[in-house]
Amino acid sequence: MTKKAISLGILALAVGAGSGAYAGPDDDSLVINDELEMVTETAAPAHMEGIDTIYSGWRFRTDETQSLQLDDFDNPAMLTVDQAIDAYSEVDGSENESCASCHGDVESFAGLSAAMPKVKDGNLVTLEDEINNCRSTRMGAEEWKWSGQDMQGMVALIGLQSRGMPVDVAIDGDAAPFWEKGKEIYYTRYGQLELSCASCHEENYGNMIRADHLSQGQINGFPTYRLKQARLISRHNRFRGCIRDTRAHTFAEGSDEFRALELYVLSRSNGLSVETPAVRQ
Amino acid sequence: MELTRRQTLLTAAGAAVAAVLPLRGYAAVEESVATFTGGVEPGSGGITLTAPEIAENGNTVPVEVSAPGAVAIAVFALGNPVPPVATFNFGPLAASQSASTRIRLAGTQEVVAVAKMADGSFVADRKEVKVTIGGCGG
Amino acid sequence: MADGVKPRVKVPKQASAGDTITIKTLISHKMESGQRKDKEGNVIPRSIINRFVAEFNGETVIDVTLEPAISTNPYFEFEAVVPESGDFTFTWYDDDGDVYTTTKSISVG
Repeated sequence: MTKKAISLGILALAVGAGSGAYAGPDDDSLVINDELEMVTETAAPAHMEGIDTIYSGWRFRTDETQSLQLDDFDNPAMLTVDQAIDAYSEVDGSENESCASCHGDVESFAGLSAAMPKVKDGNLVTLEDEINNCRSTRMGAEEWKWSGQDMQGMVALIGLQSRGMPVDVAIDGDAAPFWEKGKEIYYTRYGQLELSCASCHEENYGNMIRADHLSQGQINGFPTYRLKQARLISRHNRFRGCIRDTRAHTFAEGSDEFRALELYVLSRSNGLSVETPAVRQ
Repeated sequence: MELTRRQTLLTAAGAAVAAVLPLRGYAAVEESVATFTGGVEPGSGGITLTAPEIAENGNTVPVEVSAPGAVAIAVFALGNPVPPVATFNFGPLAASQSASTRIRLAGTQEVVAVAKMADGSFVADRKEVKVTIGGCGG
Repeated sequence: MADGVKPRVKVPKQASAGDTITIKTLISHKMESGQRKDKEGNVIPRSIINRFVAEFNGETVIDVTLEPAISTNPYFEFEAVVPESGDFTFTWYDDDGDVYTTTKSISVG
């Protein structure tokens, strides 16, 4: 593709986005199982400059997609969570341990996912890191692949224990350099299309990108059951998909770049409810 | 106007042709619908197919069928490579002749539900579902 | 596909005689349609659940024939009459010959 064709393509995208197709978040409220009220709209955290109000991605979806998250029975993500419940108490590896043998009831993880990733011993760690650390050092078991359904099922099960709590990741102190790095990635334009995360999710949320209704790219519902792939999708997998679509070489799942980006993007959800596991298109 | 027997037959034939026309060009569809109906042309009324006007993703489209008094309801997606989707056979303990499921649609197309009634007659309902394509890679 | 297939069923635990109850079922299954190709361009063979049956005390509530157009993780919602206390039996039939069954009891008082 020539340079001219590319810039025409970008122009078409920009015009399409600006041509009055704007349809912001809807006014629906998310109450799960008729009892758990979720915060899907709140004032943006102080560190955000370009946006005043943050909205859950749920508010940008059609009624049919939204309804899949209203009831835990209807939510197909729960099939994988069910499998994780079994895995949680299954002994695996050489040390004769299961998750349950150390951690007891999974409910003890309430609050954890609302504050992950966080810095431990100078490293930024995600829930996937913690799970694999337990598997290799405590259980003597094989590590799970980042986006495998066993891993993401467990991330979702642990995340579910914090569902309804406000996302509250720390961005200062030890976390500050990682957060700054994540912010830099967020605003960097990647790929032949020269798009940053902000190009779509800060400057154009509410607009249509072709037939897709752009959200703010909040990640408070991850791992998310995506109808497109019909399975639980990790945050890093979604990052990879977005960067790939800018026609760029992308970072790997589990890379330091994506850990930093995860912290930064999640800090943009500070104040929204943890929705894990959400359902999206 | 007084209808002769011949005119009545012609009118009925015309209505039948009109009803079957949208299926023309879909040999596979006609064949699979005919397998269910035994070639009988379905009437209308007494059956409701509920489907979204626009589906965000064709992989999971919620549909509901309801036909009080039906023995069975078959669902067809006219634009899919394999048109039959499902057949619901209702037993004596079904409280209603209705069911919901989630289906795959290969693109924007018409979905048809055909009910076989207890008296052996057939009725059909249809809905156009627009399947949107994703943003960048989807 | 026997691996990781897990049925979920939602049935009320109690009802009055003759009540109409709503039943929801969901089972984890890829529902490989037979339309997709792998990276080498070979067609991935069809592998689906082709039949689902719900019975109460041996009598049929619903008997469904599934085609490849049913989504991954097949979901069904339907209504049943419960004349007496007893057991609902739900059975899914896989292309590969596997049969998955789950039972739910309901007491009618």
